[in-house]
Amino acid sequence: MSELHTVNKSPFEKSSLESCLGHAQEGSAVLLLEDGVYGAAKGAAAVEAKMKAATGIKLYVLGPDFKARGLSADRLIDGVEMVDYAGFVDLAAEHDKVVAWV
Amino acid sequence: MSEIKKFMYLNRRAPYGTIYAWESLEVVLIGAAFEQDVSLAFVDDGVYQIMKGQDTAEVGMKNFSPTYSALGDYEVTKLYVEKESLEERGLTIDDLMDLKWEDEDEDWAEKDSIILVSREELSQAMSEQDVVFSF
Amino acid sequence: MKFAIQINEGPYQHQASDTAYFFTKAALEKGHEVFRVFFYHDGVGNSTRLTTPPQDDRNIVNRWAELAEQYKLDMVVCVAAAQRRGIVDNGEAGRNGKDATNIHPAFRISGLGQLVEAAIQSERLLVFGD
Repeated sequence: MSELHTVNKSPFEKSSLESCLGHAQEGSAVLLLEDGVYGAAKGAAAVEAKMKAATGIKLYVLGPDFKARGLSADRLIDGVEMVDYAGFVDLAAEHDKVVAWV
Repeated sequence: MSEIKKFMYLNRRAPYGTIYAWESLEVVLIGAAFEQDVSLAFVDDGVYQIMKGQDTAEVGMKNFSPTYSALGDYEVTKLYVEKESLEERGLTIDDLMDLKWEDEDEDWAEKDSIILVSREELSQAMSEQDVVFSF
Repeated sequence: MKFAIQINEGPYQHQASDTAYFFTKAALEKGHEVFRVFFYHDGVGNSTRLTTPPQDDRNIVNRWAELAEQYKLDMVVCVAAAQRRGIVDNGEAGRNGKDATNIHPAFRISGLGQLVEAAIQSERLLVFGD
């Protein structure tokens, strides 16, 4: 089975992203939303390294949350795909279940 | 409602500082009546929920840790505890409550409810679920 | 596809209810079914009709109510969580001797079994929390 994991915490404040990536199986997807989107922004070496180490896992960021926080698409870490709420719905439907790392 | 689903309750929060642990336990108790294939996972700070020796007398809150001991009576018998989460916190399984259930099929033999698993094994168990509840 | 939605946080303090709203709206607009929206923990605070945000802010309670009206959504507030936090309907006011009610008529108070049932009946459970 494949999962869609969601992370809504800043990686600088909480360990949710790290915990999520530590548990996500190959073939699953991770969507960063709310304050979780800071994990998808370029420039923070330690976080970027964790994201890049997530091989075999598809990474997404919720665009409306990214933009709301003053982050533009050119700040997105390579390999992370931006989706809107409709895209979030598609991801939830495409995977067998959704796991929230609240 | 014929098909039985695999339900996992994912516990990643410490008790008392917030109400999540307690109120999620209430879902587990109510959910038991629906006779699904239920497990609990204690990961990250969630392992603190089942520490032995909790004493809430001086914080004025109900000590709900005895409820975990009652889970076996609700046929909730699979409590996965992640080894790495314990180690990161300087804990071992001896720091946790001794949670048991009685196996009706084996003359009510007492069995451990806690299943100590690696992060990899927990991830695998999680991937086999139909539904994961988070609180 | 049939979705169940669980909301663990109250309005305004946390974005969870906003995100859940936009997810639910997008799912319905795509033709999916939303079996139930279940409000738990502080999420029960999304159901009080007494909410009065400033005029230039969104009204989260009314926004849910309007979506529910449009799509005949079943929006359920957990009774145990509601009692703790003072969310009251007529039935609860009568049972617990309260002199007021505050629930918005678009919501109904019911038991936790409604969450478990929603997870059983739906193909996906989405949890929005802190």
